[in-house]
Formats: sequence, C-alpha cells, structure tokens
Amino acid sequence: MTKPRTTGPKPWISLSGIGVFAVLLLAVAPLVLTDHWLNNLGKYCCWAIAAVGIGLAWGRGGMLVMGQGVFFALGAYSMAMHLTLETAGDRIPGFMVLYDPLAPLPMFWEPFRSAGFTLLAIVLLPVVMAGILGYALFKRRVKGAYFAILTQALAVALATLISSTIRETGGDTGLSDFKYFFGFVLNDPANKVMVFLIAAGLLIVCLLAVWQLYRSRFGELLVATRDAEERVRFLGYDPANVKLVAFVVSALMASIAGAMFVPIVGIITPAEIGAAASILMIAGVAFGGRASLFGPALGAMAVGWGQSSLGSTWPEGWTYILGLLFIVVILFLPNGLSSLPSRFPGRTRPKPDVPPTPAIAAAELEEVRA
Amino acid sequence: MTDASLVVTDLRVEFSGFVAVGGVSFDAHPGEVRFLIGPNGAGKTTCIDAITGLAKGTGSARLGEKELLGKQVHKIVRLGVGRTFQTASVFDELTVLQNLDIAAGRHRSALSLLRTRRGVDPSIEQALEETGLAGELTTPAGILSHGQKQWLEIAMLLVQDAKVLLLDEPVAGMSQDERTATGELLRRIAAKRIVLVVEHDMDFMRRYATRVTVLHQGKVLSQGTVADVQADPKVQEVYLGTADAIAVGTPNRKED
Amino acid sequence: MDALIAPLLNGSAQGALLLLAALGLSLTFGQMGVINMAHGEFLMIGAFAAYLVQQVITASNLSIPVALPVAFVVAGLFGLLLEVTIIQWMYRRPLDTLLVTVGVGLILQQAALQIFPSQGVPVEKPGWLDGQLNILGYEWPLRQLFTILLASVCVAALSAWLKYTSFGRRIRATVQNRDLAETSGISTRTIDRLTFFTGSGLAGVAGVAASLIGGTNSQMGAQYIIPAFLVVAAGGIGQLKGTIIAAWAVGVALSYFAYWTTGSLAQVLAFILVIVFLQLRPQGLFTVRTRSLA
Ligand SMILES: Nc1ncnc2c1ncn2[C@@H]1O[C@H](COP(=O)(O)OP(=O)(O)OP(=O)(O)O)[C@@H](O)[C@H]1O
Ligand SMILES: [Mg+2]
Repeated sequence: MTKPRTTGPKPWISLSGIGVFAVLLLAVAPLVLTDHWLNNLGKYCCWAIAAVGIGLAWGRGGMLVMGQGVFFALGAYSMAMHLTLETAGDRIPGFMVLYDPLAPLPMFWEPFRSAGFTLLAIVLLPVVMAGILGYALFKRRVKGAYFAILTQALAVALATLISSTIRETGGDTGLSDFKYFFGFVLNDPANKVMVFLIAAGLLIVCLLAVWQLYRSRFGELLVATRDAEERVRFLGYDPANVKLVAFVVSALMASIAGAMFVPIVGIITPAEIGAAASILMIAGVAFGGRASLFGPALGAMAVGWGQSSLGSTWPEGWTYILGLLFIVVILFLPNGLSSLPSRFPGRTRPKPDVPPTPAIAAAELEEVRA
Repeated sequence: MTDASLVVTDLRVEFSGFVAVGGVSFDAHPGEVRFLIGPNGAGKTTCIDAITGLAKGTGSARLGEKELLGKQVHKIVRLGVGRTFQTASVFDELTVLQNLDIAAGRHRSALSLLRTRRGVDPSIEQALEETGLAGELTTPAGILSHGQKQWLEIAMLLVQDAKVLLLDEPVAGMSQDERTATGELLRRIAAKRIVLVVEHDMDFMRRYATRVTVLHQGKVLSQGTVADVQADPKVQEVYLGTADAIAVGTPNRKED
Repeated sequence: MDALIAPLLNGSAQGALLLLAALGLSLTFGQMGVINMAHGEFLMIGAFAAYLVQQVITASNLSIPVALPVAFVVAGLFGLLLEVTIIQWMYRRPLDTLLVTVGVGLILQQAALQIFPSQGVPVEKPGWLDGQLNILGYEWPLRQLFTILLASVCVAALSAWLKYTSFGRRIRATVQNRDLAETSGISTRTIDRLTFFTGSGLAGVAGVAASLIGGTNSQMGAQYIIPAFLVVAAGGIGQLKGTIIAAWAVGVALSYFAYWTTGSLAQVLAFILVIVFLQLRPQGLFTVRTRSLA
C-alpha cells in the first residue's frame, strides 16, 4: 500500500506558501476578478475550507469522512436561519407562511434571531455532534469502511430529514433570498467583497491551523495512529482520543465552510449536504493529495470550479470526468497531484517507497473487517 | 528503578472454548532476564497478550500491588508495562526520532502535544546510545534493517519508561553479531527493570537467561535455571528428538 | 391489532429486498474485504436487464422468470469486468476500493441516465403477482411473498454453494488463509473473480426484485447501497445468518417507524438504531474471532 506522504517540505517553505496564497486570495483576486468570478472563488474557498478539514481527518488521520455534508449543514443552516430571520424582521419567514399562514415560528428557530447565538452555534454544534459521534464510534473501535459508511449514512439521513420538513427547513427548495448579512446589505458589491474576504481569510486561518498541527507532536501522533493504531495503544495513548480531536477539528472546519457558503451562494438546499455533495468534497481532497498541506484546498477549488462551470454547461460530461477522476487518481496517484513533483527523477527526496510489512498489511485488512 | 515484581498466577486464556493458556504461573523480578520458551503454539505470545490486555484472561497478573488483568491496554501501559511484537512494528513513515518521541510522549500534557518538538529529549538520547541507533536519528523507520527495527522497538520501551519489558522473539531474524549485541543490551537494561523474553533460539536462551519457564500446550512444563530446565526429561520429551537440539542450539526456526 | 401486523408483513418483504441487496455485498466485502460502492449500480443494471428482457419477451408472466438469470449473469459480468480491470490491483488498499467504486458507480449512473429515459422505465409486473394470499386471516400481497421467496431461494442457493461445492470450499479456504490456499494449489485469482461475479450477480437478482416494487431508474441503486451496507455491518462480516437477521430487523424497523412517523424520519431512526446497535456490538451480531495485530 502506498502510504500518503507525510513529511513535507521544510516548515518555512510551507509557511511562505501560505503567505503567497494569502496575498493571491486577499489582495490580488479582489483587484483582478469580476464580481461574478470573485463570488465563485468565494464559493470554492468554502469547499476548500471543508477540504482542509477532510485532509486532516482522512489524509493524516486515516478516517475516511464521507459525511462532512452533515457538519457543513450545521453551519450552513445555522447561518441561513439567522439570515432568513434577519431578512424577515419581525414577521414569520415567507416560505413558512406559504404552508401555514397562522402557525408560529418553530421553537428551534427562535434563538437564531441572535447573531451571537448563531455564531456560537456554528462553532459549537459541529463540535458537540462530532464529539458525541466520534467518541461513540472510536471508543468502540469502529473504523475503516464502517466509519466511512456510517458517516455517509448520517449525511443521507440528515438530507432526507431536511427534505421532508418543508415547513421547518424549507425542504428541497432550501433557504434563500437573504437580504442582510449581520446588518450589511448583501446586494452591495462592496459588502460582497467583504464576505469574500471573510471566507478567504478563514481559509488561510484553517491552513495555518493545520500547518501547525501537522508539524506538532500531535501531527506525528496522528500519523502514527493512522498507520498502526494498535501500536499507539501499546505506547500508552488512547488512539480514540487522538482521532477524536482530528475528527472534531475537521467537523468544525466543515461547519465554518457551510456558514460562509450561505451568504456567498445565497441559497442552501439538502442537495448541497447529502451523499453526493459529501462525496464531491472527498473528490477534491483525493485529487489534490489527501495528506499534503495545500493539496486538499487546491484540489477542492479545482473540483469546485469543474462542478460550477462544467457541471452546469455539460453535466453529463462532468459526471463522467468526476467518476474517472476517482478511478484514475485513487488507482494511480493515491497521494494526488501533490505527489507528482516527487515522481520526477532529480526532484525526488531520498525516501524510498517502503514495502508494507505483513503485520501492517494484515492489520489493515483487519481494519476493514474488524 | 523499581522493586515491584511481575507475578502471574493461574493465568487462563480461552478462545471460544479452545484453551490456549491453561493455568500458568510464573514471576519475574527486576535484575533478571527471564525467558519463556516452548514449542509453536505453546501459548507464549498469548500469555503476553493477556498480561498486556490484548487478550482476555482470568487468574491474576500483578505488577507490585497492581492487578493488570481486566484493565484497558493503554492503562496497563501507563502502569509501566511495555511490549514488542513478534513482527517488528514501528511507524514506518516516521523517523527514528519521531518514533521515539511518540513513545516518550505519554507523560506530556495534552497542550504540549500541539507544540513542535525542539531538540531531543535526554531520555531519547540515552536510549539511542543504549541501542546503538544514535546515527539513525533522521532515518525513516521503514528503511531500517530488520535488526535495527527490533532495537528501535526496545529503545521505544526504554524512553517509554517501562518497568516491565515483554519481548516477543526479539532476536528472530538477526545475525549472530546482532544477537550478541541484543543479548548484552538486555542484560544491561535488566539491571533496573523486569525483562521477559519469549524466544525460540536456544543458544541465545542459554547465553542470557537467568531463569527459564517452559510452556507446553498452555501449561508450565518446567521452571528453573537453564541447567535445571535442560536436565528436565519432560522438556526433552516435548522437544522430541530435539533433546539434542536444546543442547546444541537450534538455528532460528522461523521469521514471520 | 391489524394495524400492528400490516407493517410486519410489509417490513418482512422490505427486509427480504434488503437482504437480496446485502447478500452480494456480504460476499464481496465479507469474503474479500472489498467495499464495492458500485454494488447499488449493479442492482440497477439488474433492474434494467429485466426491462430489456421485457422488450424481447413481452409476456410479463414469462419475462420475469427469464429476467432473473439474465440479470444475474449481466450484473455478474459487470462485476467481473470491474474486478479484472480495477479491483484486482487494489486488494491491499481496501479503503481505497471504496472510493474507486464510488467513481465507477457515478459513471454507471450517468450512463444509465443517458441510455434510458431519465424518468425511468416501467417494468411490467406479471399477472400472477397481482393477487393476495390469505394466511392466518391476513391478506399477504403476492408481490411481497415473491420477494421473500426469492430472497430465501438465493440465501439457500448461496449457502449450499459455499458449503457443498468445491468452489465454495475453495472460497472459504481463500478467505481463511489466502497464502496457504495459494500454496496448496488454489488459484486465488480465479476464486476472487468467481466470488466477485457471484456477488455482483446477486445484486442483479435484487435489481429484478426491486424493479417489481419500486421504480426502475438511474438513481435506484444509490438508495440501496447504504442500507445494504448497514445490514452487512450489523449482521457481522462474513456471517450469512447475521445478515439475514439484520436485514429482516432493519426492514421491519423501517416499516414500523414509517408507520408511526414518516418515511424519511424512519430512515433517520433506522440509522440511529444501527449506530446504537454497533455501539453495543461493534462486531455485529455474529463474529468470527480473528487474531488482529500480530
Ligand atoms: N485470537 C485467537 N483465536 C483463536 N486461537 C488463538 C488466538 N490466539 C492464539 N490462538 C491459539 O492459541 C495457541 C497459542 O498461541 P500462541 O501464539 O500464544 O503460541 P506461541 O507459543 O506464541 O507460538 P509461536 O512460537 O508460534 O509464536 C495456538 O494454538 C493459537 O492457534
Ligand atoms: Mg508467539
């Protein structure tokens, strides 16, 4: 098995990479891009934020999170409810009136009137939910494919639930038509740039966070846990806790991504959070390189671009490309595009591919079966 | 370092009806290199599995005052019980230093985990000296030689500050020189720790064992010094036709 | 009383359909460790095969019995193709097979969408499935009984095949110790292919059954894959009896939940049920004890 590469370039090179990326996104992009493209780029940034989290959980932690849509949804719907209420003012949101003109606002909507509560919810909901779910699963040593499918099942379940509660969540049509963003008029081009800058800034913050995590002792421990969980246990750690931290952080990033997605795109529907959307988030990470620092973010932006340009002009073709992308990348380039440079002779760092030991291979198989 | 002894009494391990270990008792004290030998399938590894919490066993295994059986794997480790595996298992992707650093880390606070490592812990340097790996600090563990991997595992136990080292076939697949080096290493570290070695290599056993327990079909067959055990007719019978094998020393039987 | 019995019958049929979908997964995942996310699309292929058979044999009374073996072979061949082209290179990377087959599933779905009308195709139910059978005072729709019967036949055939034929024995030998099997002269390559063919073929049979109950369209496979996998997980890997009980339990639970609440809430509840269950028994209902971590 080809293990995802983990020892990246020197820390300061990565750091200046983040710096360059920050300048491009925060300074250059708003100057050179049209409003339309800047908005699109903002959307890709959101997917990239979620992807950075997936890179942490999957690339470094070995947890294939196939249901990040769930946490994306927690952030997105929290934000959307707040913006909907802000737009509606004292009245009941329009879509609710459509179904039942007299019914009151559902209880769980009420606290989202408060901006503070909304921001808190965006942070705390995914942390609590991923905390409970992860604790339950990791302590019982649910891992590998089981973990992947269970998280995906959760995304399906949540999307179904939202689709079916039309009056409470807008159902399949979702929530849209937001006019204000914490007091700012969303239609105003200047405010649009501001929203973009927030999303791009958050992406940079997330990159910095994982940059530090990857070079910290925790990062090493996480990789060790990914490669030989049982061995870590025999060093006196509880691998469940190590994985839990990575999982919770990745959930938080997905939630932040969802929250910023709402003011940028202007609509959130179950289609953006269900199984297909969750898989799309994985696609970008696999494409860019799951274990690398920039791979997930750049891969997600590339896939995001494909999704929103090809996906609308040539949907059939895009689906085929996406399918092929999974097959080709996973089959031939398990570490994504980020592993390409080291594949060219002359640029290789002295690090031969280590053949898997039988114990590890067996443990891996065990992982899917156990 | 510690005066506590490892005392195993009437240890039993069953796998859905099959008795792998059926009432084994032995003890090991600091200062001795204790050997556990026996034919394939005798239950040696299973004993270690039970002591370290990997397999469920009944009876008792105490380290000093503390009962080990029934505790979770990582909690047993935190009581100071470390082990190696029949197949060398180090983190191939990480360097020797990173491997050791992780092993040393269980005393660190959660917050300090978030910081980057600066410099090398003194305990790690000491373990590197001890095991002769000092030159390999930045080598990825995956490309170490087989023998070096096993030393790295022992070094990890040292930095982990284990009071009890349970080593499952530590010299399997090693050259004669490497065996000697390992034997000397075990002797040195046993001065302050409890070292329990599972081995098939009789020659190695004869050279370094202070006391030996022979297991056969999950039961203790014989116990005592190397000479006692070798003289025991029951032992000779079990190693049937290999009675001389014990005397002569068998070449290493397998490398799995 | 009636109100409580009806979901039971309905749920049993639903469970049987789940079982059909899970059977092949249980074989390929349990025996080979491969997570085939395109299994749902193989099911879809079976359903479309039934439709195509009906274009040739227009009498639906006859066409469905013909469609069953045809769907088995067609879906099986697709599975074989997948094994030979992709899966065989990935046996050491089980988690990655999951993602690769996600890609395969996407492509198959899109292909189906372009080949067949996007709203789906009608599969005619044979006349002999229309009636009801009165058992113990309750009316059992024949259609549901047929699903249950089909599932039973498939389970019986599969377990007999695994137990009594030399191929079956070799499959089990390969599962238990691949290296040993290989050195004792078993061609594990052939075994892998045959297992994959059979597992995928069973998805095809499930597809025919599904086409008689719900719509036949490009999305149908995606509905089944997750529940089928949950059933395999809850049943315990490689455990036929576990899969049977789990499928039935999930089917019945879904049906009661749907009866008490709504269809979509039922899905959510069933999912929570499985998670809670896996909390209690992470290995599923029945387990084969192996020695993990050498
Ligand atoms: N998890 C398990 N399930 C069933 N049987 C097991 C399990 N673990 C060990 N056994 C059986 O218990 C017996 C003892 O095994 P063990 O590995 O302890 O022997 P050993 O003395 O270490 O042998 P070796 O020298 O070959 O390493 C063997 O017959 C083995 O097959
Ligand atoms: Mg052993």
